[in-house]
Amino acid sequence: MATTVLDQHRVHAAHGEKSGLWSWITTVDHKRIGILYGATAFFFFLLGGLEALLIRIQLMKPDNNFLTPEAYNQLFTMHGTSMIFLAIMPLSAMFFNFMIPLLIGARDVAFPRLNAFSYWVFLLGGLYLNAGFLFGAAPDQGWYGYANLTSRQFSPGANVDFWNMGLQILGVASLAAAVNFFVTIVNMRAKGMTMMRMPMFVWMSFITQILLLLAFPVIAVALILLMFDRFFGTNFFVPAGGGDPLLWQHFFWIFGHPEVYILVLPAFGIVSEVLPVFSRKPLFGYAAMVFSGAFIAFLGFGVWSHHMFTTGMGPIADTFFSLATMLIAIPTGVKIFNWLGTMWGGSLQFKTPMYFAVGFIAMFIIGGLSGVMHASPPADTQQNDTYFIVAHFHYVLFGGSIFALTSGAYYWWPKMFGRLLDERLGKLHFWLMLIGFNLTFFPMHFVGLNGMPRRTWTYPAELGFERLNQLETLGAFVLFLAFSVFLVNIFKTTRGPRNAPADPWNGATLEWAIPSPPPEWNFQEEPVVHGRDPLWELKRERGGRLAEPAPGTGAGIHIPNPSYWPLVTAVGVAGLFVGIMLSHKTGPWGIIVAVSVLFLGIFNWVFEKGYSEFTTPAHGGH
Amino acid sequence: MEATEVSDHAEVLHTSTGLDSRKLAIWTFIGSECMFFATLISNFLVHKQQWLSGPGPFPHQAWTDPATGKVMEPIIEIPLVTVGTALLLFSSLFVVLALYGAQKGRRGMMLGWLGATITCGLFFVGMQVYEFTHFVHKGLTLQRNLFGASFFTLTGFHGTHVTIGVIWLITMFVLALRGQLTPERSLKLEMAALYWHFVDVVWIIIFPVVYLIK
Repeated sequence: MATTVLDQHRVHAAHGEKSGLWSWITTVDHKRIGILYGATAFFFFLLGGLEALLIRIQLMKPDNNFLTPEAYNQLFTMHGTSMIFLAIMPLSAMFFNFMIPLLIGARDVAFPRLNAFSYWVFLLGGLYLNAGFLFGAAPDQGWYGYANLTSRQFSPGANVDFWNMGLQILGVASLAAAVNFFVTIVNMRAKGMTMMRMPMFVWMSFITQILLLLAFPVIAVALILLMFDRFFGTNFFVPAGGGDPLLWQHFFWIFGHPEVYILVLPAFGIVSEVLPVFSRKPLFGYAAMVFSGAFIAFLGFGVWSHHMFTTGMGPIADTFFSLATMLIAIPTGVKIFNWLGTMWGGSLQFKTPMYFAVGFIAMFIIGGLSGVMHASPPADTQQNDTYFIVAHFHYVLFGGSIFALTSGAYYWWPKMFGRLLDERLGKLHFWLMLIGFNLTFFPMHFVGLNGMPRRTWTYPAELGFERLNQLETLGAFVLFLAFSVFLVNIFKTTRGPRNAPADPWNGATLEWAIPSPPPEWNFQEEPVVHGRDPLWELKRERGGRLAEPAPGTGAGIHIPNPSYWPLVTAVGVAGLFVGIMLSHKTGPWGIIVAVSVLFLGIFNWVFEKGYSEFTTPAHGGH
Repeated sequence: MEATEVSDHAEVLHTSTGLDSRKLAIWTFIGSECMFFATLISNFLVHKQQWLSGPGPFPHQAWTDPATGKVMEPIIEIPLVTVGTALLLFSSLFVVLALYGAQKGRRGMMLGWLGATITCGLFFVGMQVYEFTHFVHKGLTLQRNLFGASFFTLTGFHGTHVTIGVIWLITMFVLALRGQLTPERSLKLEMAALYWHFVDVVWIIIFPVVYLIK
C-alpha cells in the first residue's frame, strides 16, 4: 500500500504546471473548485463565529456597554447572513463540487467553466457583503431585511445596499451552480446508475438544486424591487407611497422557507452516507428516504406564512399554514426512523464521522420538536421574536447542518486531501462541540419562553436573564475552543504524511474505488454500476477488500481546459452592482463598463476551446 | 478561427438521458426563469388595482387631475402593443423555420428566417422603447404610482430578456454567415431558439395580464 500511495504522489508531482496561484485562478477542476469553496466558506464561517462571540460577550451581563446598539445590529445581521449564505450553503457546495461527480462516477460536472464562474461570483458576493465593515456601514437590518426597516427613510446609509447587492450577486452564483448540478446529476451518471441507485447524498443534493432553482428567482425579484425602491424612487414597500411592507415578507419567506431545506437537505444526505458505512449495513428504507426528501421539499413551498403568524393573516390562512407546517414533521420523522433503522442491528463503528452523525440526529430532533411547537399559531404568538426561536433555528442549522457538515468533513477529508484527520482530536472536537452547543443554545429555550426578545442589544438586570445568559456565553467560548481543536487537527494532519488509503472506511460508494486524493480525471475507466452500494457489491464479489487502485495515466481522457474567462465574467457581474451602487456619483458609466466586461467575458468564454485531450507530460504536455 | 474549435462535448461524453447537457441546462434555466417572471407578474397583479397609491395617469380609465382639473385619457395603446405582440409571436415561427434550415443544411433558409426573427425582435424592442417614452411624456414614471413602478419593472425585465435574445440571435447569425452553423452544430441555434420561445411565451401571459384585463 505504501508504494502505491508514493506512486500516486509522484504522478501528481509530475504535473508541475498544475500548481501555483495561476492554476487555481484558471482551474475548472471540480475537486479544486470544491476545495476553494470549502476554504472560502470556512473562512466566512469563522468570521461569522467571531461575530457571534462578540454578540455573546455583549449579552453576558445586563445593561452592558461592550457594543453600541448600532454595532450590535450590524453584528447580528452579518452573523445570520454570513452563516446562511457564506458558510452553510457554500460548505454544502464544497461537497456538491467535490463529491457529486465522484459519487455518480463522472469525470467532472456537466459545465466545468460554469462551475468556476459560480465560485468566483460567490467569492465576490461574499466580499461585497462584508465590504460594508470597511466603510463602517455593514448591513444592520437583520438577515430577513423586513420592509420598511430597509427604506431610504429609515436606513439612509449604504448598509442595506451592501446587503441587497451582496445577496443579488450570491444569488447569481447559486443559480448558476444549481443549473450545473441539476444537469450533472440528471445527465452524467455512470452506466447502470439509475436514479433509484444514486447515493442518498446525490439524491438530497438533487432535491436541493430544484429548491434553489425555484426559490432563488423569488428573492432575486424581491431584492431587485427593493433596489428600485432605494435607487430609483419606486414605492413597492413604502407605505407612504401605497406600497405594502407585508408583500416583502411574503416574497422573502416564499424564498426563505425553501432556503431552510436548501440548508438542511444536503446535511440529511451526508448523514445518510455516513451512517450506513459505520453501521456496516445498507441504508434502511432507501425509497422512503428519497420520497420523504422530495415531500419535504414540496411542502417547503407551502408553509412560508408560518413565519408571519403574528402579522394578522386571519384564521383561515393561519390554519392552512399551521397544518402544512405540522405535516412536514411526518416525512422528517420518516427520515429520523430510517436513520435509526440503519443503525439498528448494525455493527457500529464509532469513528469521528459517526460521532457527528449521531450527534446530528439527536440535536436535529430537539430542533424539530421545538419547530412543531411554533407551528401552532397561538404558541408562535407567544414565542415569536424571542430567544425561543433563536434556540430552535440554531438546533436545526447548527445542531442539524453544521454537525452533519462536520461529519462529512471528517468522512471525506481523506478522499479530498489524502490524509486522515486525527481521531483523538476529532473526538475531542466532537465532545467540545456537543457540550458547547448545548450550553449555548439550550438555555435560550428558557430565556425565550420567559420573554427575552431577540435582536435587542441588551436587557435590564431585574428581568433575571443574567444567569442563563452567562451560561450561553460560556458555551459560545467552548464552541470557539471546539473549532480551535478542529483547526489544530487540520494543521497537524496537513503537516503529517499522506496516510490515507483509497478506502479508509470500507465505503460503499464509488469515490472510495479511486486513489485518495483522486487524479484529475477521477476514473481511469468509467465505472459501471449494478446496485445501490456498488463498492460493497464489488468487495463481496471479490471476497474481501480491494487492492489499492492505481491512478492511471489519464492518457486519452478528455479534460476541460483551464480558463480565466469565468473569473472575468464574474467580475462583470459583481461590477454591475458596484456600478448601480455608485450610480448617483458616476452616472451610468460604472454600469456600462461592468456590462462591457460581462459581455467580453461571456463571448470569450463561449468561443474558447473548452475541451482537449489530456496527455501526460511524457507525451508532450498540453 | 477560434469558433470552429468550440467543442461539442456531447460528442465527447455520453449522457445518462441521451439528451445533450447544454439543451437540458437551457430547459433547467427556463424552469427557474418561470419563477422569476411569476414573481414579477404577481407583483404587478398586487399593485395594478391600487388606484389610491399615487396620482394617475391610469392605464384603462380616464383620470382627472385634482389640481388643474384636466382630464387625462387612458394611456395604454392596445393596437400598438398588439402589433408588437404579433411580431413576437411570428418570430417564434420564424426561428423554428431557421432551425429547420440549419438542421437540413439549407443556408439560405437559415439566414433568411434568422434575419426575419431578429428583425421582429428589434421591432418589438423598438415598440417598447416608443411605448415607455410615450408613457413618460404622459406623466407615468417609475416614481409616479405603483402601477407605473410594477408596469415598468415587469415589461422592462421582459424587454431586457428580448434584448439579450436578439443579441444571442445576432451572434448565431454571424456564426451562420461564417458557415459555422453546420447541421451537426445546429444545437447552438436550437438553444437560442428555446430561449426565444420562452421569452415569447412569457409575453403571451404578460400581454393579457397588463393590457387586456382591466
